[in-house]
Amino acid sequence: MTFLLAATRFWPILPEPGLIFWTVLIFLLFWMLMSKYAFRPIADALAKRNGDIEDALKTAEQARLEMANLKSENEKLLSEAREERAKMLKEAREAGAATVEEAKEKARLEAQKIINNARQEIENQKAQAMREVKNQAGSMAIEIAEKVIRRELKGDASQTSFVNDLVNEIKLN
Amino acid sequence: MRTKSIFRVLFLLAILISSFSHRALASGGNDEPFNSGEAALHHIADAHTFHLFGDIYIPLPAMIFYDRNGGGVTFLPSSASFDIGHHGNGNLAIDRYVLKHGVVQRIKDTNFPMGEVKINWPGGHDSHDHASDDHAGHDHAGHNHDTPKKQTADVDSPGHDSDQVFYNGKGFDLEHRTTWDGELAGGGKTSYMDFSITKNVFTMLMVALILGLIFIRVAKAYKQRDGQAPKGLQGFIEPWFLFIQDEVARPMIGEKHYRRFMPYLMAAFFFILGLNLLGQIPFFPGSGNASGAISITIALAAFTFIITTINGNRHYWEHILWMPGIPAWVKIIITPVEIMGMFLKPIVLFIRLFANISAGHIVIVAFVGLIFVLGESGKNALGAGMGVIAATLLTTFMMALELLVAVLQAYIFTILSASYIGAAVEEHHHEGEEAH
Repeated sequence: MTFLLAATRFWPILPEPGLIFWTVLIFLLFWMLMSKYAFRPIADALAKRNGDIEDALKTAEQARLEMANLKSENEKLLSEAREERAKMLKEAREAGAATVEEAKEKARLEAQKIINNARQEIENQKAQAMREVKNQAGSMAIEIAEKVIRRELKGDASQTSFVNDLVNEIKLN
Repeated sequence: MRTKSIFRVLFLLAILISSFSHRALASGGNDEPFNSGEAALHHIADAHTFHLFGDIYIPLPAMIFYDRNGGGVTFLPSSASFDIGHHGNGNLAIDRYVLKHGVVQRIKDTNFPMGEVKINWPGGHDSHDHASDDHAGHDHAGHNHDTPKKQTADVDSPGHDSDQVFYNGKGFDLEHRTTWDGELAGGGKTSYMDFSITKNVFTMLMVALILGLIFIRVAKAYKQRDGQAPKGLQGFIEPWFLFIQDEVARPMIGEKHYRRFMPYLMAAFFFILGLNLLGQIPFFPGSGNASGAISITIALAAFTFIITTINGNRHYWEHILWMPGIPAWVKIIITPVEIMGMFLKPIVLFIRLFANISAGHIVIVAFVGLIFVLGESGKNALGAGMGVIAATLLTTFMMALELLVAVLQAYIFTILSASYIGAAVEEHHHEGEEAH
């Protein structure tokens, strides 16, 4: 009984028009204003941040892949370069060897030529020297013969023929 | 669900205590009987004043329309005009309005003089403060005369809570407050409509303002610290925000529609949470039992109902009015049930919130009341001491539990609203199956 009577004055359990009116007004204002100035901007900011983070992760993944690609490409390039170098070195070596060989050959030929020339020259010199010696010997013989003849010819004809014989002998040489 | 059954038990306990403790004790050393049931109800009731302590009240503006007897608006800049005295009872009647327990009520008898009139309250001590006033001359006698009246009043209504005031030694009945209960529970039509800024309205305004300031600061922080990690207040709010977004709105409403309803769910969750938490504080600016007032929970549930109804798609209405895939004779049974269910959902929503919050407050007042119950009207010091120990332990426990309930009930209101909205905007099942 007490409780029932108390309940009749238990206003919190009975809907009051004034309080309902104020609740609707306050909550409606709160909802609209917060929606415009807080809840939507915050939700948008959060969505944007989520998107940004996802994008960043994606970009990072892409960058990682690109890096990996780049690395393998680099390695490929490097190995290619290495091969190229080896090839070039080999070629250079071969070219060098060929050049040396050629130079050697050339030098050999040159030397041969020089030797031949020298031999020719020597031959020529020798012939000339022989000629000169012959000439000199001839003139010396003639001088000698003259001297002898000047002295001997006064007397003896056989001696003269002997000298002539001598002269002829020299010519044969 | 266990919490709920605990609450049911505690609610019943509180009612039991209130029934048995009737008249068993007195408070404050005077001979006025203490009734913990009524004390609890007064503590959770709305009021036109804000009780600070003792006989100190913060007055609030009273706006009252009265159209049945002549029409017009009474606007009292504040309820202080009633000259608030002991127990929040006004010592003055203004145009037949009186302030009883901090609540404006009206004297039924139209012969009662208009203007400012000095009145007495049953229990008799309220006029003491003003015995030497100018007013005191003509109504001082009332103090003596009310003794027999008080006893007659006590027959159906205990103690100082009888619905009468005394003027010139004569008792005058008070009208009940205007309520929409079909005059079933003692309320009903009155000669006035009350649109005052009451304690609950004040509490709601405060919550809206506090939350507004917090959220606008947080929204600004998101703009200023664009793309950076949350910090400070922003960091405190973000998990709650994300919780409602990702654990309530998204799964309940679905990826396609949830963004549209986010602001409502956020507003409902934080508004209710704010009211619940502010109501937990036992002194100003707390103590307003707004989310434990059925008017407020009805208004909030009405928002969910309206949003659900206007957003219901063809599929939703089809399921209510003519459930597909079942025989016609079953449809005839199902349809009324579904239509009833449409209205029952929001009704359950507002009753749950109201009952949980009110129950918590009633239980706390009942536990505090133990001090007076066990103290046997101040005659039993040992009992009072035991009461203090028991009340402190039990109240501490209850307050901790209520803190949980405050968050839980705000969450439940929000998730149920979201699920109702989700059911209204849900795409067709058979199409939806591919998504599973």
